[in-house]
Formats: sequence, C-alpha cells, structure tokens
Amino acid sequence: MQPKEYDVVVMGAGIAGAMIARALSRYRLRVALVDRANDVGTGASCANSAILHSGHDPSPGSLKAEMNRRGNELWHDLVHELEVGHRWTGAMIIALGEEQLPGLEKLLARGTENQILGLEIISRAEVLRREPLLTPDVSGALWTPTAGVIDPFGGTVAAAENAVTNGVSLFLNAEIHDAVVSDGALVAVQTTAGEFRARWFINALGVHADDFMHLVGDRPDFAITARRGEYFIFDPNRVQVQNVLFPMPTDKGKGILVSTTAHGNTFVGPNAEEVADKEDTTATRDGMAEILEGGRRLIPSLESRDIIAGFSGVRATGNANRDFVIEISAAVGGLLNVAGIESPGYVSAPAIAERVEGLLRDAGLEMVVKPEWNPHRNARPAFKELNHEQRSDLIRRNPNYGRIVCRCENVTEGEIVDAIHSPVPARDYDAIKRRCWLGTGRCQGSFDYPRVMEILSRELDVPMTAVTKKGPGSEFLARTTKG
Amino acid sequence: MTCDTSYDVIVIGGGPAGLAAALSARAEGNVRVLLIERNDSLGGILPQCIHNGFGAVIFGNDLPGPEYAYRYQEQVEAADIDVMLDTMVMDLTPERDLYAMNATHGYLHFRPRSIILAMGCRERTRAQIRLPGSRCAGVYTAGTVQRLVNIEGYMPGRRFLILGSGDIGMIMARRLTIEGAEVVGVLELLPFLTGLRRNFVQCLQDYDIPLHLSTTVSNIIGGQRLEAVETVRVDEELQPIPGSTKRIECDSLLLSVGLIPENELSLKAGVHLDSRTGGPLVDSTMATNVPGIYAAGNVTSIYDLVDYVSKAGEVAGRHAARYAGAAGTARGGDAVEATVAMRPGQNVGTVIPQQVRIDTTGREEVTLMLRPNALIERKVSVEVWDGDRPIISFRENYSRPAEMMVHTLRAKQMQALAEANERELTVVIQ
Amino acid sequence: MSTYEQIPGDTDHGASDEGGNERSIICLRCPRGCEISTTLDGYGGIVEIFGNVCKLGRDYVEAEIADPRRILPTSVRVRGGERPLVPVWTPKPIPKGRLLDLARATRGIELEAPVAVGQVVIENWEDLGVDLVTSGAVRRV
Repeated sequence: MQPKEYDVVVMGAGIAGAMIARALSRYRLRVALVDRANDVGTGASCANSAILHSGHDPSPGSLKAEMNRRGNELWHDLVHELEVGHRWTGAMIIALGEEQLPGLEKLLARGTENQILGLEIISRAEVLRREPLLTPDVSGALWTPTAGVIDPFGGTVAAAENAVTNGVSLFLNAEIHDAVVSDGALVAVQTTAGEFRARWFINALGVHADDFMHLVGDRPDFAITARRGEYFIFDPNRVQVQNVLFPMPTDKGKGILVSTTAHGNTFVGPNAEEVADKEDTTATRDGMAEILEGGRRLIPSLESRDIIAGFSGVRATGNANRDFVIEISAAVGGLLNVAGIESPGYVSAPAIAERVEGLLRDAGLEMVVKPEWNPHRNARPAFKELNHEQRSDLIRRNPNYGRIVCRCENVTEGEIVDAIHSPVPARDYDAIKRRCWLGTGRCQGSFDYPRVMEILSRELDVPMTAVTKKGPGSEFLARTTKG
Repeated sequence: MTCDTSYDVIVIGGGPAGLAAALSARAEGNVRVLLIERNDSLGGILPQCIHNGFGAVIFGNDLPGPEYAYRYQEQVEAADIDVMLDTMVMDLTPERDLYAMNATHGYLHFRPRSIILAMGCRERTRAQIRLPGSRCAGVYTAGTVQRLVNIEGYMPGRRFLILGSGDIGMIMARRLTIEGAEVVGVLELLPFLTGLRRNFVQCLQDYDIPLHLSTTVSNIIGGQRLEAVETVRVDEELQPIPGSTKRIECDSLLLSVGLIPENELSLKAGVHLDSRTGGPLVDSTMATNVPGIYAAGNVTSIYDLVDYVSKAGEVAGRHAARYAGAAGTARGGDAVEATVAMRPGQNVGTVIPQQVRIDTTGREEVTLMLRPNALIERKVSVEVWDGDRPIISFRENYSRPAEMMVHTLRAKQMQALAEANERELTVVIQ
Repeated sequence: MSTYEQIPGDTDHGASDEGGNERSIICLRCPRGCEISTTLDGYGGIVEIFGNVCKLGRDYVEAEIADPRRILPTSVRVRGGERPLVPVWTPKPIPKGRLLDLARATRGIELEAPVAVGQVVIENWEDLGVDLVTSGAVRRV
C-alpha cells in the first residue's frame, strides 16, 4: 500500500482530536484524522458525565483551569455553529449538613480566582426550591450559572463531520502498530489502514497517549492511569432531576453526581476505579452498587428498578501534576502531545484545539486560511424533537421518516439512513445508536435490532450476517436459520 | 392537518387483545372501528410464537401462535373493520386526540369517541437487571432472538446460555436446539421455576438441557463478541455465594427475565397506572380513569395465557363500543355506578381488574384474574376480605406465580360485593 | 452446580418395595401441568395412578408410559414469499425419540409462495400416521 502523505495527522478521533482536526481544516493544509475504531468518539468522549463545566473547580493557574474557562466560553458559540444538543442548565455543588457549608466558601474563592463569572452561594431553601427531590440534609449550594450539559458523542461527531466537510480525510479502523523516527523526528506511523507520513503528528490518543509517547521514545516517565467510571440512566417517566448536582469535591475528584442530560434523562455517576486494562469498560456489581449509593446521598428516591441503561468510560489521568499535557515533544521532532486529558477534558477540547493551532503556528507551520471554510455544520432532523406539523412535512418530503424503527425514542428509518450516509458514516449498530439515540430508551433495542440490521445490510450492501454491533468481530448473526 | 372524527372506536395494537377488542366492538352494534398496528402484519407477538399451547380456552384446541392469530385475522378481515398497518401512534391526549403516522399517509390526527389501549408489553433488558460485564455483541432478549430465528430466518449464534426460566426462555431453548444450535443451559436466579412446568418437561427435559436454579450471571466476558459467561450461585437472599463462580463458554446469552407493560401512550393520555402491574388501573369493563379510554391484555398486566388476553379484549371492545354509542351520557352507558376496589393481600401479586363495577342484574359476567406471588403446592383458599371478615372464598388446587388464577364471580358473590361495608376489599391466598 | 433440584419433572424413583417402579409424570395435556404419580409393574404396565387425576391426565400417563410422544413445532423455507420461512407443526404428536429426526428432515424442504395455513408439507411421515402441516401463511411477492 502506498503511504499517505499529509501535512498533519491527528491520531485519535475523540473530542480533542476532532476539535483539532476541525480547527486545522480552516487552513490550506492536508489533514488526516485517524482512529482505530469503526467510528469516531468511541472512547472517553462518548462515555463521560456530559457536563460543560464552568471552570470553578481546577487548581488556579493550572492549564486545566485555563482550558476549562476558555473551553466553556467557546462552547457557548460552538453548540450553535455545530448544532449540538445541549442545555445551559447551570450547576449546583451541594453541601450536606452544616459541616460542609464552609467548603462552599472555599469553592467560591477558588472559582473567583479562576475568573468564573456569576458564582453564588445559595440557601438551603432556594436549593430545595430548584430541586425538590434533593435530600433534606442539604445545607446550601454553590451555583455556577455558566455550566451546561451536552450530548457528548453529538459534539464529537459534529466536529468530525465539520472537519470532513472542510476537507479533512478521515480513516477509521486504523490502529497504530508502529512509528518511524528518522533523524530524531517522527516521519510516519503505520496502521492497519496503511502508512501515514506527515510533517506533524498530533497525539490525541486518550488513554493510550502515553503508550504512543513511549513507542517513539518520548517522556518515559509520563504515565496515564485509566480510571473507569460507571453510570446509570433512569427512566425519564420515573425520575426527573432538573439540574446538574455535584456533591462536594474530594481529593479523588468531583464525586458521584446526579444530573439531567441534554436529552432530558436523569443519570448518576461516575465512580473512579483504576483499571489495569485501559480498555476495561465492563460494568461491575460493586461499581453499580457504589454509584447507586452515591446518587442516593443527593437524591434519596433513586430506585434501581427505574434504571434503563448503564454505561462506563475510562478517563485518562496523567501523572504530570495531574494537569493536561499540551505541548510539542522536546524529545521527538514533528510530534505534539495532547495527553492526560481527564475531566474537564470535554469542555476544554475547543480551547485545546486553539492552543494546538497556536503551538503549530509558532513552530513554523504555514497556516493560510481557506476562504471557502465553513464553520457551520447542519444537524440532521431529529424526528422526536419536531412538532406535529414539522413531522408531517418531513414525511411528505421523504416517506422514510414515516417509518418508526425505535419505538421508545421514536427514531425513524429516515434518520437511520441519513446517519449511514452522513459525512462521518455510521457503519454499525452502535454508531447509529450514538447518532440517533436509537435503542437508548426503555426497550434498549429489543424491538429495533432486527429492523436496524436490515437497514444496515441494505444501505451498506452487505449480507445480514456481516452487520455488526461495533465493527469487525461483533457480527450479530451466525448463519441463516436453515443454513 | 385535518382531524378525522369519523371513527367511534380506535384500537391501538393489533395483537391478541386488540384483535379481540376490535371484533367485539364491531359486533356490539353499528360502530366504525379502526385498528392501528405498528408492525407490518397483525397478530402482535403471536406470529413468532410458532410453538403450540394457544387456544385451549377460546377454541378448545391446542394451536400454534400463528394459527391462533390467523383465526382472529380472518374474522377481522371479514368484519367491517378498518386496519392500518405499519402505523405508529405518536401521541394521545386525555381528550382522545390521537396522532399517528405512517409512510403512506404521513401524519394523521383522529378524535374517536372511545379508545382501547392494547399495546402489549416489552421485555426486561440487561440494564434493568443490572447485568455486569462487557458490552459485546451476543447478548439478546429471548423475544428478539425468537423474531430473528422464526421470522427473519437468522440464527444469532451457535452456542447459547439462557438466563431466566420463564416460558419464552425455555421455549427458545428448545427452538434453538431444533435448529441445530447448542444450548448449554438455563439459569434461574430464584430457587424455583418461573415458567410453566409443562414447558420445563417438553422444552428442557425432553432435549436434555440442564436447568440451574439459584444461579445467575456474574460477568459477561468478551471483546467484540461474547466469549464466555461467568455464573454464580446465590443464597436465599439472592446474594452471590463466594467461590461458586463458574465460567461457561458460549457466543450468545439470551435473557428471559420478565415482561413490562408498554404504557408510554397511556401516561400521555393521563391514564393512572397501578405500580404493581405497571399497567392502567381498570375496572371490570376494562375502563381506565380517563373517560372513553379502555385497556386490555398485557398492557394492563402480564398474562399467562393468550386466551385470557383475548377475553379481556372482548370485554374492553364491548364496553368501548357502548361508550361510543352513548357518548355524553353516563360513562360506559351503564346505570350502575358503584364500584369496589380489589387490593392484593397476602400471597397475591396482582389483581385484574382493580375495580369491580357492582352489577347485580347478572347481565355482565365479571372475571377476576389473580397473579399469586407465592409458590404453594397444595390446595389453597382464595378469599376476598371486607375489613375483618371474608365475604367471598373459593378453592384452588395450588398457587404458582407462573400461572394466573381465573375466577368468574357468581351471582351470590357479586351480591356479597354489593353488600360490602368497605369500598376497598383485600384478596388473599391462604 | 446442581441441576433440576426442586423441580417437579418426570422422575423415575426406581424400584419400589413391591418390586415395581414408581414414576411421577408431569401431564402435558393442559397448561396446568399436574404432577401424576404412578406405580408400574416390572414389565412397564401401570399398577396404580395416584392423586386427583382427570380423564385427560389418566390417558396422558398411559400413553406416556407406553409410547411417549410430543408435538414438533418448527419452520420450513419459503421461496418467493414476503417472508423466508413459514411455521409448521405436527398437529398430532410423534414419538419423542424421533423429534430431532423430523426436525432434520424438514431442513431441506422449500415451499413455493403463496403458502396457506393448514397446508400439508409432509404426509404421514415415515408411516407414523403424522403429517407436518403449516400453521401460518406467507403471501407471494
């Protein structure tokens, strides 16, 4: 296979990689975005707390603090530019009992030092007025009005789609297995989708960022610990929390929160468990009990029988003062590392991309703006969100929207076909699920599996037995009944 | 969008409850009936239930599911009933504004005089029983596999483990074996079988498929596709027994862990649900709390036999038609307004209907459907208590959670209900 | 892991004091699934049937001891139909030991759509007096 030549290769299509690719798509550069999975954003970017943090929490003066504050600011425009599902809910950090009240003052002081606007300590009565389901033990809260919630995969795929539409080449199922360093500079990476040569390589490999650094001989002392966080989603007909509710933070992190999603569900999580295997997103019995118990400290009425789904993600905690690493490698030429991007990584991603852009420019990469660059990405219609008249119009234009495939979330065949043929194509069941929220409701896909398999088989022109849940090796069907 | 007000009765759902309801509504008199079904054919779940065991009560015959459905379909086609297939009801209001859609007609708005909810149920999933482990391919609900194997014509794996000894799980164990797959076993968390005993014999024992009681899944192992399942024995409190885990190699795990009534539309229409059944609170005419809205079948509570689902549909259809004919007069068109509530007491899980309309004229037959929640393998006494005294009692041969008790109230028993002091009575099994 | 504990299935209790065999059998005639106990003589003949057994149950036990039979529900392929398969069954039971043989025999069968309910697919299979019959319909497309 001929090596592919680029100016910049962005490795890892999570939220950071996608935002970086999009930022670079503005310039006359040949940019590739590569990921080993069958879709973009399948790692921590799609399994996290989905919160656009205000930035009150990181240590003042850290890169995290700066990126968070700036990222939050950028997202306020980006959610419109990229048409991503979101809600600017604000967030409350809840103090329980009199003994936690002084902690609120400290948080307020830290937030003020981080230049976060609008922070306010609110009374017990006011907290309970805003969130009546909260425990009566609440004694007050810090209100952070600039926080919000977002559809986390939606943001990643929107950024990737916008990048692709603006000329970035996307390569999926491209797992990196080797790299070529020549005269102290990284010149090529070898992947299962062939060799990529470039002047610059951006390492945005999430939990594997350290592995890549070590592969090319960069910073052997830097290590990423994978910390698994598990979550539960509740039936919206049974539990409805209106806010983002944090417990008081501890040394270990922000704690187990209860929050509404951009979609209007309520969820609880995460715990934080170090896992040896960086891919280990399995759910455990103990972890499940831990987060339910944690959630009940804030909302005592949470019942396990109202859980409709669970998920878990692995966050990349770096050992460099637990701060983000966003820097050009000192040891290897042509490499820029974006590593240790744990919480608040998602909200920080647009700011990280801005910083990467600046670092590359300072390092001499010529960046000429393309006049045809279009920052806007149009979301595809989400049938469920439309009113009766809009739905009627849509079906008249395309009868595919008249066929409901997912009964709980009212996802239509039209939306599924759209997703399969979108700029970042959905090629498996989970990819459609992430884009359309199909199978995320109460039945968890029981009804839609067979229909979606048929649609994937038809649109991708592959046999039913080749349709997968999440890429090669995860085929749903073994054979025909009589075969 | 214009509102179509030409229908007297609209039935939502073309499964056994909806088919029977549409027929009995039409038979009640000169009413226009529309049956709306979201699938591309009638019969609900029955066309995929290709095993026999249906129709003993209604047809006096032991029939396979598709044939049971076919007999109703034939009658519906012969009757003057409009049917819309591939049509999804999207919204329903307490005023009976019904919004539906399909690819041919687009978005539709109806306002019938009465509505029958017959949406059936769905399966409990992996998330609801909080199964730990990997989220790989190869974990399915039993009903999904039944559809894949029997309707779509595909086998989702080669070596299966089944969690849950409910009827669908056992029936699928046999079905997969007949189609040449290996079924390595059926696990049941509880210390007893949750499905019918006949299915244990003819689906598991006949095919040498082992059943493991007090055993559940403790881990799901696999990257892209399921590779193995870790099982664990549980104690009397259903807690895992340390050291009892075992690894079972398989490429598919089937879940047969219960059914839940499907009531999203009911909630939109302001219908009150019973927290025990998960379905609408209904009276003995299958009327809900919302005037003109009736409910029947698995949407109200999970039944054990389809024949009784059809019977409930008949009751709902009859009364919905009467309501439609007598709109603006008394609810249901009946003069009798007094009701007594039936509350589940000792050893009783659920009671359908939750309210009995007092009718001592003998015109209306009222059948109580009780779901026991205790396994008692001896003769039991079922009693209805009015405060501190039993006013109705009858015998049953046993009490099994897998089977409902069906009791049609006799005239004397209805009279006893009419004379009860309390408005809420308690049903117990002793 | 133990198997079948506490489940009242068909069990052979072995030799009884009188030299015969005791067996309990779950009746499959109706969904009730009564457990019926019997004593057999040394030649497989029924000495006694215990318990409150209905006529159907008595018949069932006699048949189950002499010649156990079961109904086979399965499906066969359809060509040119709206669905790839049509459900079939044996309205009368076949010898238990032949269930999987018949299942295998159906594998190669392919019907031409349209298929009606009640269509005979195999008549008098292996002279056992049992037909394989469709229990569903498939329209032609």
